[in-house]
Amino acid sequence: MSASVLEVRNLTRDYISSGGFLRPAKVVHAVKGVDFSLAKGRTLAVVGESGCGKSTLARMITLIDPPTSGEILIDGKPVDAGHVTHEMRQKVQIVFQNPYGSLNPRQKIGDVLAEPLLLNTKMSAAERRERAMAMLLKVGLGAEHFNRYPHMFSGGQRQRIAIARALMLNPSFLVLDEPVSALDLSVQAQILNLLKDLQDEFGLTYVFISHDLSVVRYIADEVMVMYFGDVVEHGSREDVFGNPQHSYTKTLFAATPKSDVESIRQRIAKKAALAS
Amino acid sequence: MPLLEIKNLTVSFDTSVGLFKAVDGIDVSVDAREVLAIVGESGSGKSVAMLAVMGLLPSTATVTADKMEFEGLDLLAMSPAEKRKIIGKDIAMIFQEPIASLNPCFTVGFQIEEVLSKHLGLKGRVARQRAVELLHLVGIKDGADRLNAFPHQMSGGQCQRVMIAMAISCNPKLLIADEPTTALDVTIQKQILDLLVRLQAEHGMGLIMITHDMGVVAETADRVIVQYKGHKMEEADVLSLFENPKSNYTRALLSALPENAVGDRLPTVSDFVFEPAPGVA
Repeated sequence: MSASVLEVRNLTRDYISSGGFLRPAKVVHAVKGVDFSLAKGRTLAVVGESGCGKSTLARMITLIDPPTSGEILIDGKPVDAGHVTHEMRQKVQIVFQNPYGSLNPRQKIGDVLAEPLLLNTKMSAAERRERAMAMLLKVGLGAEHFNRYPHMFSGGQRQRIAIARALMLNPSFLVLDEPVSALDLSVQAQILNLLKDLQDEFGLTYVFISHDLSVVRYIADEVMVMYFGDVVEHGSREDVFGNPQHSYTKTLFAATPKSDVESIRQRIAKKAALAS
Repeated sequence: MPLLEIKNLTVSFDTSVGLFKAVDGIDVSVDAREVLAIVGESGSGKSVAMLAVMGLLPSTATVTADKMEFEGLDLLAMSPAEKRKIIGKDIAMIFQEPIASLNPCFTVGFQIEEVLSKHLGLKGRVARQRAVELLHLVGIKDGADRLNAFPHQMSGGQCQRVMIAMAISCNPKLLIADEPTTALDVTIQKQILDLLVRLQAEHGMGLIMITHDMGVVAETADRVIVQYKGHKMEEADVLSLFENPKSNYTRALLSALPENAVGDRLPTVSDFVFEPAPGVA
């Protein structure tokens, strides 16, 4: 097994609501001790319903929020969450769920893509432009899109732009926070294909956060199921999908719509039996 | 006689670059006690067609149809005042964003009671009693307490339940659900879909499900209309649609489901060649 790109040891995060006069402060344990390590070129899917702490976990490993306790190691080096260096920041990038909210409406796409380079490197303007253009083509957009504004793009195209922006600094790993749940089915398929292609080409490592099990089954190598801040199941895709252990995982499977002909036939038969 | 019958519906919008036809010659008919799913990508005109029935389109839209009848009443010839008696009472609609479609300034109870007083003339304690019953019906157990809650104090799934409670408050004959579960988690989605199908069966409603999710279609629908760029591509009962899709577009939509992935790549709609020719049924 190759060296792990990302390792997390006993990570926890508490949110403390401010108390008041005669009212004690309330503590919410959003993430209660998560351990995992992720090798280069692999995809870890984090699954769970809203409020289970998966986005909090994402914010911690992207170094946006400091953890309450626990350790994060990126490329084998421990990260001090209170003081994140420039170098560490470049190694982690994130793509958010809502492509409409995550792009500045007043910034042209070319500038969106070149900005990480402007802030983090000493490249010349021409070089930044060239890199941005190359990345734009890589994610399946055209050169003519370079000088357009975000409102001129559809949801799927915006998500491509967000992915391109995240890849500008050659990060060690990419956190994808529900990247396709706001998209149509066929556009979702295009974005998932793009993510796979990019992974093959650059050997990218993904942490893929989702509540959609059919998407997870398609893209993940490893699956981690979270429930109220706890990891209730963690294993390879085959293990988790083939032989789910925890009752919550089974509930999730049962809730996923089944679209094979056999289950439709069963449902119709059941309905006909009820009606008669 | 079908509950709702629409023939050759066309909706066009006046834009700065000329007329844009969002819906082009669509026929829809729903029987009582039937679940019809309208499927398509965003921009296929599936929501616009139903908004036209409800009369909720902006003034830039032009709606024409050869026939648009609800229980034999002509919706096109009706005066707005007559239409308001039907819309919200006999035809109700649930929207995609539950949190955005409730008014943040009023309690949930106030908003449900408003519907009851407008359409059924229920007031005061009677209305409150009925509101608690409705919340119970949609699976909110502590209804009496939740009536005093504001929308922001509830989760997305709870808000969607409140929306459904409002929609079924006057025992509608037809319920139109526009992407009712798109913003929700799978476990909540399952609960809401089960709820809608149960209510539909118990109250003998007609139900139109507008969605882009083939999984939702497979779980709920009796009959399916597939729509693409304002045209109807295919209409079939749910089993034959999944078993033996006639149009290439339907085939493309089905194969874009991640669980149907063959090998390493997901086929996308653009991998399939199809012609959005008018008159494809």
